[in-house]
Amino acid sequence: MSNTPTDRRYAKSHEWIKDEGDGSLTIGITDHAQELLGDLVFVDLPEVGQSLDAGGDCAVVESVKAASDVYSPVSGEVIAINDALDGAPETINEDAFGDGWMFKVKASDMSELDGLMDAEGYDALVAEEE
Amino acid sequence: MNKQTVLYPKHQQMGAKLVPFGGWDMPLHYGSQLQEHHQVRQDAGMFDVSHMTVVDLQGAGVKSYLRQLLANDVERLKNEGKALYSCMLNEQGGVVDDLIVYYLGDEWYRMVVNAATTEKDLAWMESQSGGFELEMTPRRDLAMIAVQGPNAKSKTLPLLSEKLQQAGELKPFNALADGDWFVASTGYTGEDGFEIMVPGDQAADFWQALSDAGVAPCGLGARDTLRLEAGMNLYGTDMDDEISPLEAGLAWTVAWEPADRQFIGRGPLEAQRKDPEKKKFIGLVLTGRGVLRNHLKLFNGEQEIGEITSGGFSPTLERSIAFARVSPDVGESCDVEIRGKRVPAQVVKPPFARQGKAVLAL
Repeated sequence: MSNTPTDRRYAKSHEWIKDEGDGSLTIGITDHAQELLGDLVFVDLPEVGQSLDAGGDCAVVESVKAASDVYSPVSGEVIAINDALDGAPETINEDAFGDGWMFKVKASDMSELDGLMDAEGYDALVAEEE
Repeated sequence: MNKQTVLYPKHQQMGAKLVPFGGWDMPLHYGSQLQEHHQVRQDAGMFDVSHMTVVDLQGAGVKSYLRQLLANDVERLKNEGKALYSCMLNEQGGVVDDLIVYYLGDEWYRMVVNAATTEKDLAWMESQSGGFELEMTPRRDLAMIAVQGPNAKSKTLPLLSEKLQQAGELKPFNALADGDWFVASTGYTGEDGFEIMVPGDQAADFWQALSDAGVAPCGLGARDTLRLEAGMNLYGTDMDDEISPLEAGLAWTVAWEPADRQFIGRGPLEAQRKDPEKKKFIGLVLTGRGVLRNHLKLFNGEQEIGEITSGGFSPTLERSIAFARVSPDVGESCDVEIRGKRVPAQVVKPPFARQGKAVLAL
């Protein structure tokens, strides 16, 4: 039984993106991604006001093992970041889909969301990788 | 197809994430690498190190052979069970492998060499053995378990034979044998503990007994962060066939006296010893944000001065730390290039942490 939330979309590069319904989109990495990375020890987030391109790298998560880029699934402007991760990157390990969110954007083109996967599609991708 | 140690079924049973390492499928962690690290610093953890190779060397020519083969001098070993850490060099003074050698008698020494280098080591040792009366026996019948941490000895001793319980009295770098069981007070974590050789067919039961006694299974991930904090080198990363011990922080393992002992690689090493351009091997603590990783470049202003050989996150210091090889004029700090940005780091002398605590004032 999958724990992948059905209220959001997923990128092939293992980010989730959730439409908050108020014009903002919240972005993080999936539980599967955090599990692959292992214990996280450092998170580098984009800056508020930074403009992002869909598919461009905009954040870094580093685990005890390795560094990994995080890509923005959509184009837009960063309107908030999860500062709490700076002192507690392990929050992503503990709650990747909730408190471990990374940043929020105001999308410039909401139709970019249509090109992303739903929970079922993402689960299929993970199953394929394994 | 990778090899598996006799403990492989135990690792699977205990939920290990298994990864390829030096030709073997080995546990990376059993859930959380960080927790395993702290477990060893604060209590007791165990590692399957059966992938490493035990080689027995026996015969009348063994001592003179080893005095030529190794950069450290086995002549220093006088008491049965005494251990010595040494590099084995090639003719150019590069490190073929680093190893531990035990003295078990004038005609019997035991070496423990790295897993990934085993075939290369054995071929090299064979090629250098001409004219010496000796026999080399890789002990593939033995498994090896490292039990490390402040409570490692007290949790292990009750599980050992009456004779081996005297291992509690062993000074560091000494060992005690009982039949094919062999208990050494050595390790790769900077903590108290044992490295125990056990007959392969008894290894799984012993591993289980240790687990039942409250010793937590730990993987290669924690082993790497523990050895990095403890200031211990990793072969293939901090030194290799192209790097001499003098540029890897291992000058202390080279026995220059007696001056007439012609160990392999001595000539090039003597020359390098006097070279003012010789690279320095240092420790780094990142003062800016990020994580130090292997091969990141180091700068002093605009001048590139070297690179990181082993880098990572120190769970004990909660900072990123590294070993690096740099030009000899390095100052008290330098910059590390991380993803195109320069981040400041402090130059320190390892170790970073031992016996549960940070040993650096930061």
